Amino acid sequence: MTNIEQRPDVLASEAPLLMSERAASSVPMPADWRDLLALTKPRVLTLVVFTGLCGLLIAPGHISPVLGFTAILCIALGAGAAGALNQWYEVDRDAKMKRTAQRPLPAGRMERDTALHFGVGLACFSVLLLGVATNWFAAAILAVSILFYVFVYTIWLKPRTAQNIVIGGAAGAFPPMIGWAAVTGDVAALPIALFMLIFFWTPPHFWALALFVRMDYANAGIPMLPVVAGEVATRRQIFAYTSIMAVAALAPVLLQLTGLIYGVTALLATGVFAAMALQVGLRREDDPTRMGPERRLFKYSVLYLFLMFGAVVIDHWVYAS
Amino acid sequence: MTPEEQRIIQARQRSRAKILALILGGLAILFYAITIAKMV
Repeated sequence: MTNIEQRPDVLASEAPLLMSERAASSVPMPADWRDLLALTKPRVLTLVVFTGLCGLLIAPGHISPVLGFTAILCIALGAGAAGALNQWYEVDRDAKMKRTAQRPLPAGRMERDTALHFGVGLACFSVLLLGVATNWFAAAILAVSILFYVFVYTIWLKPRTAQNIVIGGAAGAFPPMIGWAAVTGDVAALPIALFMLIFFWTPPHFWALALFVRMDYANAGIPMLPVVAGEVATRRQIFAYTSIMAVAALAPVLLQLTGLIYGVTALLATGVFAAMALQVGLRREDDPTRMGPERRLFKYSVLYLFLMFGAVVIDHWVYAS
Repeated sequence: MTPEEQRIIQARQRSRAKILALILGGLAILFYAITIAKMV
């Protein structure tokens, strides 16, 4: 039984169905299309689409704009499917967290099976379409990334270990590789370097968030690093992984896979990241309401990835032409 | 089922049907374009 009262932004016209009526009602409501869209985690998709697009744009060779568009669409649909299946599996945990309690499933606006069917259907469709439109190697990487996110990260690692996002972060690192493979049919050093950059960027990004929503994770029983190892250890780990990320960020220019534009951008943007991570690393603050630097690091980490991938593309356009 | 519930269900079905029609139309155009692009 779905709950139609908890979506004021969408269902303002449905307000007359008051609490008393709802309590008496036993009619299953069909899911609203906006809730199906919300299942795909649209905000996360922007970064996935952008990094996938960059991988596609810097790949050597030519791809028709139609096929390129289709490849990016498939990356977005595949990531959306993974997000939907993640929410389908985590409905009980999401219900216990303030940050996720208003998602369509925990808020009771959608049947659980609807999310499962939507996620599986979207996943199959995205992989098949990518295979038909571009090549089956790119489709295979997309399939692996979806399966990795759902089975390795969501089902296996997330509820069991504080290393969940370290290993699970690989799932989010695939898009530039898929974009590249859609053009070339293989992978090379540069997409692997970009994979490593996202892979090592993920822990400081998520742990900065985990620091200021630690109680949420603790209530849901998710063993995020701040919950199981404490605030001080997390701060240390944020800086440690930022250091490794800095090496990954500079690797493309050191290996001469990119030019000076990327090199200078990487140096400056990573320097700012490292300075913010150092500040977070040296702080001792347990109160979530006083976590300004942690929130700033989290926000900057998103901008950082846009800057880095934007620089790779501009660098490619300038030096490859 | 109350009249209000019936109204809400119909409204949702209508909006979903519209979105589905748009998606199907978009896919038809996309598949046509993919076919042409792969022939070139």
